[in-house]
Amino acid sequence: MKTLEELMAIRDKTKQRMTVREDTGDDAVRVVVGMATCGIAAGARPVLNAFVDEVAKRNLKGVTVTQTGCIGMCQYEPIVEVLQPGKEKVTYVKMTAEKVAKVVNDHLVNGNPVAEYTIGTVTK
Amino acid sequence: MYRSHVLVCGGTGCTSSNSSAIIEALEAQIAEKGLSEEIKVIRTGCFGLCALGPIMIVYPEGSFYSQVTVDDVPEIVEEHLLKGRIVTRLLYDETVQKDEIKSLRETEFYSKQNRVALRNCGVIDPEDIDEYIAYDGYQALAKCLNEYTPEQVIQIVKDSGLRGRGGGGFPTGLKWSFTAANQADQKYVVCNADEGDPGAFMDRSVLEGDPHCIVEAMAICGYATGATEGYVYVRAEYPIAVKRLNIAIEQAREYGLLGKNIFDSGFDFDLHVRLGAGAFVCGEETALMTSIEGNRGEPRPRPPYPAVKGLFAKPTTENNVETFANIPQIILNGADWFASMGTEKSKGTKVFALGGKIKNTGLVEIPMGTTLREIIEEIGGGIPNGKKFKAAQTGGPSGGCIPASLMDTPIDYDNLTAIGCMMGSGGLIVMDEDNCMVDIAKFFLDFTVDESCGKCTPCRVGTKRLREMLEKITDGKATLEDLDKLEELCHYIKENSLCGLGQTAPNPVLATLKFFRDEYVAHIVDKTCPAGVCKKLVSYSIVADKCKGCTACARKCPVGAISGTVKQPHVIDKDKCVKCGVCMETCKFNAIVKK
Repeated sequence: MKTLEELMAIRDKTKQRMTVREDTGDDAVRVVVGMATCGIAAGARPVLNAFVDEVAKRNLKGVTVTQTGCIGMCQYEPIVEVLQPGKEKVTYVKMTAEKVAKVVNDHLVNGNPVAEYTIGTVTK
Repeated sequence: MYRSHVLVCGGTGCTSSNSSAIIEALEAQIAEKGLSEEIKVIRTGCFGLCALGPIMIVYPEGSFYSQVTVDDVPEIVEEHLLKGRIVTRLLYDETVQKDEIKSLRETEFYSKQNRVALRNCGVIDPEDIDEYIAYDGYQALAKCLNEYTPEQVIQIVKDSGLRGRGGGGFPTGLKWSFTAANQADQKYVVCNADEGDPGAFMDRSVLEGDPHCIVEAMAICGYATGATEGYVYVRAEYPIAVKRLNIAIEQAREYGLLGKNIFDSGFDFDLHVRLGAGAFVCGEETALMTSIEGNRGEPRPRPPYPAVKGLFAKPTTENNVETFANIPQIILNGADWFASMGTEKSKGTKVFALGGKIKNTGLVEIPMGTTLREIIEEIGGGIPNGKKFKAAQTGGPSGGCIPASLMDTPIDYDNLTAIGCMMGSGGLIVMDEDNCMVDIAKFFLDFTVDESCGKCTPCRVGTKRLREMLEKITDGKATLEDLDKLEELCHYIKENSLCGLGQTAPNPVLATLKFFRDEYVAHIVDKTCPAGVCKKLVSYSIVADKCKGCTACARKCPVGAISGTVKQPHVIDKDKCVKCGVCMETCKFNAIVKK
């Protein structure tokens, strides 16, 4: 290593894989994946991992991907809730790893919840 | 990409309460559940809250688990890591309130702290240079080499007001400028990691939790003073610190952050590690250098000071671990930022090792000027078992004590010196009403008598005589005349010893004499030990009215000193009694009294 740029490149790369350890505070957007037995059986694990990867790939700041227990509507698992401060909670149901990229892009990056995946649309 | 990081404390405290086995069990269980690709286990340095070890933090939730055992691991993996349900029963109780889980930062122990020297301890993986770099590591070195002249670096350190954290409190920038001013073909930087004060372990924790910051700071010091080689003198009793330091040096060399032409600036610097054999005197700078040179660790007279003629007779800058740990942050954030913390003449923060009669044993880093009351009652969680605070010992065997009446003194170098105490390396041993101050002074004298290197007479013979006088007092054989002699000898040793060890050895006696003279007098005149510690002065007896004759004490007494018939009051044979106190603990009727 001979330059500051090289040092900063290592810094940024490593920082990205350490984001889970950051205390994002109250302003953070939280993506919560239901990971009880029902969720896991329905395939929540690939969904959770897809969120982690996608958020990392896009280097999104202030987004925490975390897991929770049974949300209570097991027939709609895998369920993902997106909580943004000051906004209504958005609940996505019957999620798959394939749907994740769209949710991250439309909802987390651009601020438009993906209506077609939400509980309101799916349960109609 | 890992979705979750599990940080387990791998400092000496938690390692000794089995955190290595916990890490192994965690990794095995995670692999068994097929989560190895998703969850990363990281062995960190000390979190500071050693009383609650072994400690574990699970991110992204930030769940702080305390006193974890190997048996708890399956539950943590199954419930938390696999199913996302936090194991509430293992959470640090202060973080759980009314069904709500508080962030660790909001707890009493952490909220008052301001971590500069310890900033990365318990946060990064100390064996991974990339994680140090991710937290702005080596940027300060790059900044110095690219933007500043050596004179500018020294000026920044001077302006910051940083003073030596090893105990003396000498201004660091000034020390650096002395070495820089001397011309020589070779100069050295030495890091003093020979932490010898009983009860102090902040240097160990920095080396274990954040070894790269010492590597970086020493390189910066080398650049500022014109030195191209550095030595870290660390105790062989700190195997984890030694191992991590060596890994850090190796990684820094691989990245070209040590070696030739660092950051293409033409500056060369390399580091060596030397192990000390644990002699207390080797923490004294000249003795330390003599030891690095391969000789018996004995101090040499100053002047010449190390800045003129230090290691291998070359100009040398010697600083303590904690002092160095502040340097990269000062360079990155500026002198004003550092000087904004602390008091007028003592800037920045100081790490204290809390020990003794206190709830939260561990490491705390607080701004200079924090009062002892805040440290003990708020951060430390107070004295256990409802006992009353009596005094706090600071500065180890070279320091003194702060009595309860001075609890509101803002702690900094000058205030402590003014009350006849000493900052020392930051060991803070809390004592309650059950501690005898004469006994404490004797304890520290025992230590200095053992550790005196023997080179000069005032220290070698003087401390031995001093201890004998203290023994006479605790045995109840002394007269008030002895007390005057004791004081006189203290001053003699202080004035005539060759190095800091002897010059400060009488401090524990002088400080206790100053604040607790009545306890000395009680031992001498009344032949009693008010705290009931000094065995020769206490006696146990049975109050006949209260004794039911249950025989419990007689059966427990290890020397058969208690006799009596069933249902009749018993008596203690004072000649046989070894004053172990077992009878008193055994008695259900409070019939045994200690005087």
